[in-house]
Amino acid sequence: MSSVVRGVLAMVLIALLSACSPPEPPRFNSADMTGVEYGNGFRMLDGDGRERTLEEFQGKVVMMFFGFLQCPDVCPTALSRGVAVRELLGADADKLQMLFITVDPERDTPEALKSYVQRFDPSFIGLRDTVERTAEIAKSFNVFYAKVPTGDSYTMDHTATSFVFDPDGRLRLAVAHNLPPDLIAADVKTLLATTR
Amino acid sequence: MIKLISVAALIAAMAFPACAQVQVQVDDAWVRATVPQQKSTGAFMRLTAHGDARVVSISSPAAAVTEIHEMKMENDIMKMRAVQALDLPAGQAVELKPGGYHVMLINLKAQVKEGDMVPLTLVVEGKDGKRETLEVHATAKPLNQPQGQAMQHQQGHMPKH
Ligand SMILES: [Cu+2]
Repeated sequence: MSSVVRGVLAMVLIALLSACSPPEPPRFNSADMTGVEYGNGFRMLDGDGRERTLEEFQGKVVMMFFGFLQCPDVCPTALSRGVAVRELLGADADKLQMLFITVDPERDTPEALKSYVQRFDPSFIGLRDTVERTAEIAKSFNVFYAKVPTGDSYTMDHTATSFVFDPDGRLRLAVAHNLPPDLIAADVKTLLATTR
Repeated sequence: MIKLISVAALIAAMAFPACAQVQVQVDDAWVRATVPQQKSTGAFMRLTAHGDARVVSISSPAAAVTEIHEMKMENDIMKMRAVQALDLPAGQAVELKPGGYHVMLINLKAQVKEGDMVPLTLVVEGKDGKRETLEVHATAKPLNQPQGQAMQHQQGHMPKH
């Protein structure tokens, strides 16, 4: 083969490859969890006792946080951050669904959970299930929680990471508790723009 | 303006000679409002001691148990633990705020509603071991207050010297 032919073949090959190769994967501020199979078959009860799944949020980005109502610090901060992210999304605010999963179903009654999350934003949904189901769900996300006695009561240690699903319902991101709202909003926009 | 404040401070110092050497100043005390059935909440404030001191206890008629908690993140896991005392190094503002220390009000006797004033009694111990009490009124801010800054400032008074 002459060097000219070889050169042409190489060019054709490169052209073919670049035409076929998928676009650059999107870059995120949060940890990229694409391909991680957490929370498969997710279903849980809301404050009204209705079963909720991720399928019903198709077309929306879902941000999920595990916490408990007696938490004075990281839980209200995470929910307030969700409010801030929605504001930053502007016209796309309704394309972000916040879910708050209680890891303290014994104390967090469905009514209290509902009024708590809606105090942040009426669109927020609180999810609660039995002690056993809650443990299974947390395990499916590799989320840790444990009761810690304090006074004559108890507090809870819990994972403070939020999980984000794309509009197709696939797990995509793990968001650190201290990632600021503008960086999260940018990630949500990326997911809205790159899914489908 | 500054002159006015210093004059006011001077008058205050003269009016309350016992407070002339107020040991601990409390600013921006606030408590997070709750929803019905919620049994605990957190209170936050900024403490500045003029001489080395430490808060050895906090109590409130609003809750059965009141503790000082420290929040820490370990491997993305939020942990909060009661601390026995909170050190207040001289002249250094110690913030009780989300992400650090908070006053934990456990087994609330009633819902804390926005605008409520929650009384807190702080027992502060000086380097000499002398204990003094400090009455603080924390204003209830909305549940969704992000990092919450109370509007008003208040001076902690030491009634017993
Ligand atoms: Cu606490």
